[in-house]
Amino acid sequence: MDFEPKIVAFVCNWCTYAGADLTGTSRIKYPVNVRIVRFPCTGRIDFMLLLKAFDEGADGIIVSGCHPNDCHYTSGNFHARRRWMIFRNLIDFVGIDIRRVAFSWVSAAEGAKWAEVVTDTVGKIKELGPYSEYHQISKSFDGGAK
Amino acid sequence: MSRIGVFICHCGENISATVDCERVAREASLMEGVLYSIDYKYMCSDPGQNLIKEAIKEHNLNGVVVAACSPRMHEPTFRNACAEAGLNPYMCEIANLREHVSWVHEKGDATTQKAIDLVRMLVEKVKNNKPLLPITVPVTRRALVLGGGIGGIQASLDIANAGHQVILVERDPSIGGHMSQLSETFPTLDCSQCILTPRMVEVARHPNITLITYAELESLEGFIGNFKAKIRKKAKSIDEKLCTGCGLCTTKCPNKKIPSEFNEGLGTRTAIYIPFPQAVPNKPVIDKTQCTYYTKGKCRLCEKTCPAQAIRLDQEDEILEFDVGAVVLATGFNVKGTDFFPEYGYGNYQDVITGLQFERLASASGPTLGEIRRPSDGKIPEKIVFVACAGSRDPAKGIEYCSKICCMYIAKHAMLYKHKVHQGNAYVFYMDIRAGGKMYEEFVRRAIEEDDVKYIRGRVSRIYERNGKLIVKGADTLMGGKPIEIDADMVVLATAGVASPKAEELAQKVHVSYDQHNFYAEAHPKLKPVETNTAGIFLAGSCQAPKDIPETVAMASGAASKVIGLFSNSELKRDPSIAVVNRMPPPTYTTCVGCGLCVTACPYQAIQLEDIKDRKGNVVKRAAYVNPGLCQGCGTCVAFCRSKSIDIEGYTSQQIVAEISALLNDE
Repeated sequence: MDFEPKIVAFVCNWCTYAGADLTGTSRIKYPVNVRIVRFPCTGRIDFMLLLKAFDEGADGIIVSGCHPNDCHYTSGNFHARRRWMIFRNLIDFVGIDIRRVAFSWVSAAEGAKWAEVVTDTVGKIKELGPYSEYHQISKSFDGGAK
Repeated sequence: MSRIGVFICHCGENISATVDCERVAREASLMEGVLYSIDYKYMCSDPGQNLIKEAIKEHNLNGVVVAACSPRMHEPTFRNACAEAGLNPYMCEIANLREHVSWVHEKGDATTQKAIDLVRMLVEKVKNNKPLLPITVPVTRRALVLGGGIGGIQASLDIANAGHQVILVERDPSIGGHMSQLSETFPTLDCSQCILTPRMVEVARHPNITLITYAELESLEGFIGNFKAKIRKKAKSIDEKLCTGCGLCTTKCPNKKIPSEFNEGLGTRTAIYIPFPQAVPNKPVIDKTQCTYYTKGKCRLCEKTCPAQAIRLDQEDEILEFDVGAVVLATGFNVKGTDFFPEYGYGNYQDVITGLQFERLASASGPTLGEIRRPSDGKIPEKIVFVACAGSRDPAKGIEYCSKICCMYIAKHAMLYKHKVHQGNAYVFYMDIRAGGKMYEEFVRRAIEEDDVKYIRGRVSRIYERNGKLIVKGADTLMGGKPIEIDADMVVLATAGVASPKAEELAQKVHVSYDQHNFYAEAHPKLKPVETNTAGIFLAGSCQAPKDIPETVAMASGAASKVIGLFSNSELKRDPSIAVVNRMPPPTYTTCVGCGLCVTACPYQAIQLEDIKDRKGNVVKRAAYVNPGLCQGCGTCVAFCRSKSIDIEGYTSQQIVAEISALLNDE
């Protein structure tokens, strides 16, 4: 059987969630592998939740919110972007495959773009295969949860 | 103990065509904590909602998951239904099976499996939900309107006429704004002052409006319904109660050569001045930067002249404080000066002027008493050139947008010129004519057809002086780019409309967002055009983007109706999805260490550190406190918190972790 990756999408309520709604309203198809978790804002996303998702068995993660300057809460997406810049260096350093996290901006008007982001990410993760190494890495963390 | 009901909607065939709804209901019934599950053709219909209400009562449910369309669509519907059955509405969650599943995937096992996953995810979330109560905050029924142009005037009158108090603050000595500078208005050519001044007078004598001119906002604190505004009332150096507005002082003032702001520098004023004859209030102010007494320490002629002895040279700025419930920003716009354009002479040619300066030349109250005379030598120009899009729609100049009003006022200017100088020739260089609006296109056609204004489609590359003439070089793109040279007597640049000079500073004071051009950002470009992202602060007119008078007035009335709506209740209810710190009695019981990271992270200044004191009054601990009136629920603080002491209701870490675990563990 073909590998069907599990992908969790962390999206903000105001832009990307609404954008994904528009994808539906426009009847644009995309792979079934993605599951959306709704946040008020990308600024709310504690990036430890990304590790939690990998820990629970996600093969890939999408983080998406409003374009810079379009944040419903003025600046949440800037916090998310800055946090991601730091966090990706950190997880890269500990050996987590940062290719498995896609960070993008999808506005409420970009239904087609959401389908693109999902399709691209699913294709990329399919190439990378299941993320079974994560647990070996997490085991090596001193005092790790598992 | 969870007693959860799951309700799967077919949405006609919208969901059931690709998702096996019966199977989803069956699988849901096997989930831990689910007591009841059912699928139905239209869950949002009355019978569908009744199904939910009955089930809540019959099975004593303490959580509900409705698997239907997007929560952005029917979350309020289903939450209300739950509330009607006696369940706290925040114990209801929506799984998005339509927009996120059935409409975007093909029919099949995997699609139904995704639907089941989403239901399981929301079931696990609901288990971690807690009943929430709407937050109520009191409302002060007094509005602050910043800016006394036509937008601010309209908003103030509308709010005041609805019976609420209004504080109208204007930066200049008189209200009236740019509209009072205009000679005539398009597309009717009626006189601007004639339609504006009755409104200005109405503002001044309205019992519900407190007009404060020559004043600026010093600071604004608080939140919707409960703002505290500090207004700096600049010293006018006169006693307003004693002054009769006779104007004798302005005739005696020896300092007569100051360029008049009202006349856009084309006329002069004195140091003690009334900006224009119809000014409201019609009382002078002393410009401290120009007055000989303030700059050199002697003169006091006005003081000696004043028959009412109303001059107060020792007057100081006053700070006035007001409690207000809502704020309307109507601070307007400005236009670029001619000095912005190197190719048009850097503002060095006196006879190259802006559209606003032309308004003053054409105005009966202007420096030429309405005759079109060029500034350099007072001659009547025989040939006049109007340049549209001077700066606007020019990314190279950093202004990509269309200033919107120029096409119309150029047509008006050209017509006014032709009506006053019959033998003259008027040329207009334009890119496109944008005349969308009632009677607008007809107005432009009138300029071209009846008044013989020559429209040339092309941009002007350069303007320079030769033998006392202004040579305007351009190209006619409708004639294959044929080069054109016009030896004009005067040139009017329709310079770009830009944000007010202090727009950014004000935006930062009141915490509203603004775009890269410093125009204020509306909450939604289509559906919330007068709201800002800060609750309780509204926009009117061209502080949001360049606008003409009818649009400004419509927007001002829109903002006023929002304010009146807000004031229609003595308290307001807000969504309780806000941040909370895990504090409980006794006061020291919290994991918050008072580091203050959340305080700096909050874009709404909703969080502050509180001192926790013992009985002797010693500070024993500091902990964060979230002001429920200010918090908008973005959750930025949650991601910042190092000790996980702050969380956001409805999106708690516990709820999200439960969702993630449920999603990824489908066995």
